[in-house]
Amino acid sequence: MDLLNQLAETFLNWEEMAKVIPSLILVGLPNALILAVSSGILGSLLGLLLAFMGISRNPVARWTARIYTDLFRGLPAILVILIIGIGLSPIAREITGSRNPYPLGILALTLIAAAYIGEIFRSGIQSVEKGQLEATRALGFSYGSAMRLVVVPQGIRRVLPALVNQFISLLKDSSLVFVLGLAASDREIFRIGNDAMANTGNLSPLVAAGVVYLILTVPLTHLVNFIDNRLRSGKPEKREPDELAAPIGKKA
Amino acid sequence: MAELRSGSLTGKNLHLSFGSNHVLRGIDLHVEKGTTASVIGPSGSGKSTLLRVMNRLIEPDQGDILLDGRSVLKDNPDELRRRIGMVFQQFNLFPHKTVLDNVSLALRKLRKLDPEQARTEALEQLDLVGLKHKANSRPGNLSGGQQQRVAIARALAMKPEVMFFDEATSALDPELVKGVLALMADLARGGMTMVVVTHEMGFSRNVSDTVTFMDAGLVVESGPPAEIFSAPKTDRLKGFLSDVL
Repeated sequence: MDLLNQLAETFLNWEEMAKVIPSLILVGLPNALILAVSSGILGSLLGLLLAFMGISRNPVARWTARIYTDLFRGLPAILVILIIGIGLSPIAREITGSRNPYPLGILALTLIAAAYIGEIFRSGIQSVEKGQLEATRALGFSYGSAMRLVVVPQGIRRVLPALVNQFISLLKDSSLVFVLGLAASDREIFRIGNDAMANTGNLSPLVAAGVVYLILTVPLTHLVNFIDNRLRSGKPEKREPDELAAPIGKKA
Repeated sequence: MAELRSGSLTGKNLHLSFGSNHVLRGIDLHVEKGTTASVIGPSGSGKSTLLRVMNRLIEPDQGDILLDGRSVLKDNPDELRRRIGMVFQQFNLFPHKTVLDNVSLALRKLRKLDPEQARTEALEQLDLVGLKHKANSRPGNLSGGQQQRVAIARALAMKPEVMFFDEATSALDPELVKGVLALMADLARGGMTMVVVTHEMGFSRNVSDTVTFMDAGLVVESGPPAEIFSAPKTDRLKGFLSDVL
């Protein structure tokens, strides 16, 4: 029993958790979301550009995208965050006039996310049947409009689940910006839990931080499944009233 | 279909190679205004490629294309394709758009109609192919025959001068073929200039004005259907006809 009590005391000390929960919710959560959402949006834009470069007929564009992707997918996230966050901080300080590490943290997360998202978009766009492009061009659309109006929207739909997965992983990776040194108000979920653990020697604040991550990520994984199913079976069709009436009235 | 403005179409000495594969070896095809030319031949003979070269989805290596007697090789290919409607074996409807949007997309974006007018015209086209009541469905909820009729409506909505059909009924269940062929025959009778690549020998014989038999990238024989089907001159055409009839 002693052992169980000791484990409970270490991981599930409600008092230590209660102390940290307000700042987890009020400081850590918004900060983590700022990091993940902004780098998610920027990473998607850069990723889309990389996808277009990756399928371009221009070999320079293709190779640039290839090398970029290999580089940022091949490096550990923490290494990229450190290199960008510390290496570019003098320049960032000059431009923005602040020591806030968020712009560089977001930049690093964006660069990493773009490499993955670019590959996701590329595979989605390439999975659209060739006939779609052909039929659109046969109507008289240019290559660019055909891609924009018909091919890319279908490609993106197909990879929505993979994109949400990528966002989940971005949300978790956002914890790594702690290596750049954060002021109290800049701390995200992990750092708040970690600081409290370091101060008290009790792991419960980290467990609480973990729970906050799960509250964010578990619904998202279920959203992935939902989207996946929806894409597979399609939206239930809305029937027009006269269509429902037709088979009844037909032979009456 | 009162306002058809169809034109004649001519391909002259068309050549195309993919690497060492010489797909078209100097094809001549002339379709008079308001007539239907069917193109028959074994698979791999270059029939479908010929259609794609004549609307410049693929640029020919050599030769000329004339629409209403004027060469169109120097025109913007996108503008040429607006004047030539095309219907595919696999329908190629846009699955993420409603039937109505499939038809009205090009009206809005290319003919620059305002949304209300595009909608009205698209519904008119759908009515002509008997599918106005499916306007709000997704293509995936339609039968193959219905999808192909929507694809025909989509092409016709651009008011093309010529229509291409690339084995338009080959992917359809047998019981759905008739409806699509009937629609194509209606169009032909209505005075549309049509080039029909087909395996439907009945259609070729009864509806078309000329029949062109292709094999290995060459026109082997061409003429009115009565001649081609009743009095084939070459052994290759005789062999082909005995295989398919």
